[in-house]
Amino acid sequence: MENAKKLEAFQAKIDADIKIEPKDWMPEKYRRTLIRQISQHAHSEVIGMQPEGNWLTRAPSLRSKKILMAKIQDEAGHGLYLYCAAETLGIKREQFLEWLHEGKAKYSSVFNYPTLTWADIGAIGWLVDGAAIVNQVSLQGTSYGPYSRAMVKICMEESFHQRQGYEIMVTLANGTKEQKEMAQDALNRWWWPSIMMFGPHDADSAHSNQSLKWKIKRESNDELRQKFIDKTVEQGEHIGLSFPDPDLKWNKSSGHYEYGKINWNEFWNVVKGYGPGNKKRLAHHKDAHEEGSWVRQGAIAYAKKKRSIQKTA
Amino acid sequence: MEKDNQGVLWEVFIQVKAGRPFKHVGSLHAYDKEMAMQSARDLYTRRNEGNGIWLVKADDIVSSQSVDDEAFFDPSNDKVYRHPTFYKVPDGVKHI
Repeated sequence: MENAKKLEAFQAKIDADIKIEPKDWMPEKYRRTLIRQISQHAHSEVIGMQPEGNWLTRAPSLRSKKILMAKIQDEAGHGLYLYCAAETLGIKREQFLEWLHEGKAKYSSVFNYPTLTWADIGAIGWLVDGAAIVNQVSLQGTSYGPYSRAMVKICMEESFHQRQGYEIMVTLANGTKEQKEMAQDALNRWWWPSIMMFGPHDADSAHSNQSLKWKIKRESNDELRQKFIDKTVEQGEHIGLSFPDPDLKWNKSSGHYEYGKINWNEFWNVVKGYGPGNKKRLAHHKDAHEEGSWVRQGAIAYAKKKRSIQKTA
Repeated sequence: MEKDNQGVLWEVFIQVKAGRPFKHVGSLHAYDKEMAMQSARDLYTRRNEGNGIWLVKADDIVSSQSVDDEAFFDPSNDKVYRHPTFYKVPDGVKHI
């Protein structure tokens, strides 16, 4: 009875667009959904550094190397904002990493694809970050305060990421025949994974309805995907690239692009761990975490020693 | 090996420029003050967000209960005479 009343008051707050803060009462399922979603988001930022890091030492100029480093540093920061937001729900940092390493927590499947050429760095910035921005702009309005604040900050920082990616694509598209082919090849490989980033179609999305009702999500998977496609197609055509979807066409009456059938078998295959890079990405994260352990142990010892000196002084 | 939670939680406050209040911008994990300050600079001021940083261990913050506990702020609700609009001023009186 008590719970039904609380639930009603909770929904009334959500309906009135009042943000939920960590100490407020919330349904257990709301908390669990947020823990899953925010930690998955955090893991994606962190794992997403790997495909880009692959090109750091081979970036074609000092300028592009500096930019790529700044971008990767941003991604690390975004991961940290998000871990902190997720921790306000009562789970410790260590636990999130354990769940990731045990395969219980996911990260965005798109980061399991390899970055084969420099053009892939362009495609990631333009398409993967572009898709992430559409999602994150929408999530600025999420009902959980700490998550919403993290999104606002991330969106502010993210806006250069997409432009740096598009700039790489523009340069290659205006370059030699080989460079243009490289850009086209990257678009061919990254287009479908990017539009899969928004998740299954609304009709097949397990968590969508409740998440929309609680305003954890503000727009559905298909709405966000459509927004991304509508924005992106012209950007590609503008630089003479074509999209690997014969069914992609402008629908004058709806004011949107129509697109072809998404290969969901591939999507679920990668989600389940059989993508081209799943094992490598996770193994690399574990190794880096374990190899960095001595730094953390050293920092703990140093902090302890300083505290004891302060006490005796 | 000691359970490793990457240090304790600190709350970060930034002053945008001299004269403005310090505003909460987020949190971070660090093992000591020095590391907390360096991380705060790297995490929260990469784009000229401010020129002052305050750091407080989250454990040291005393905070009110959630908004669900409305009674705590009741004393401010029934004292309308604290607001200037409560008072009647004769027509034509200015600058008050």
